[in-house]
Amino acid sequence: MKARIHVTLKPGVLDPQGTAIKKSLDNLGIDSVSSVTQGKYFEITLNENDKQKAEQTVEESCKSLLANTVIENYSFEIIEA
Amino acid sequence: MKTAAVITFPGSNCDRDMFVALDKIFNKTYRLWHKGTKIPDDVDFIAIPGGFSYGDYLRSGSMAANSPIMSEVKKFAANGGYVLGVCNGFQILTEAGLLPGVLLRNKELKFISKQITLEIANNNSQFTKGYNKKHIEIPIAHHDGNYFCDDATLESLEENNQIAFKYLANPNGSCKDIAGILNKKKNVLGMMPHPERAIDELVGGLDGLPLFQSLLK
Repeated sequence: MKARIHVTLKPGVLDPQGTAIKKSLDNLGIDSVSSVTQGKYFEITLNENDKQKAEQTVEESCKSLLANTVIENYSFEIIEA
Repeated sequence: MKTAAVITFPGSNCDRDMFVALDKIFNKTYRLWHKGTKIPDDVDFIAIPGGFSYGDYLRSGSMAANSPIMSEVKKFAANGGYVLGVCNGFQILTEAGLLPGVLLRNKELKFISKQITLEIANNNSQFTKGYNKKHIEIPIAHHDGNYFCDDATLESLEENNQIAFKYLANPNGSCKDIAGILNKKKNVLGMMPHPERAIDELVGGLDGLPLFQSLLK
């Protein structure tokens, strides 16, 4: 089973890297971009056949390591492959 | 307090400087590897040094915070033991939940390396009571020193007198110019500046010395 996880900054948390990326897009002449925020993407392969158990494992992984919940939100989808 | 310990994680690079500072002041200083699961019984004070533990992978300090030795450090702190986290050490303490908030990328995105003036905001803690002046000069060297916490946490920090040091000229965008904070019980201190680099007149000045010396009492 595979999990696809997105970790993104909570609204209101300063994202200077996102701002810098937007400036670089401006410099490339791509000027219809109004804002950019940068996040993280993880792919986790699980030795698990039970979808509910997989969800619990991924939830725990996000809460305890992959996301710092002081400043980040996380979301994920489980793909039964 | 007579015995200190400094922990080394893979990628720590200020552990030797920290050892040199502690060795100058404490009777005995251990160097502990992060995989150890026991802190010697005679340790009174633990220092978590600066550097790039785990290459700052995922988030600075996030992996080190889950190292085997950190569960022992948490117990040690819960029992009233004194813990200092400097720079990456401060990041590790926030990731481990021993201090609130988080350290973000510096606001201007640059790595900053310079001498800076700090205001001692709490002069009564075990770490800061040895200072007889309001402002000190300590070197900083960091890319991710921008302290952030939500409004409720900030209010709590101020109410409980947990802000230990503030920058006079904020170099990294830290909220309320915070350079270092204490936990509620005041036995855990995290700070971005490097006091262990200010213990010698020839290099960095002497303003770091009182912090370590006051731990002896």
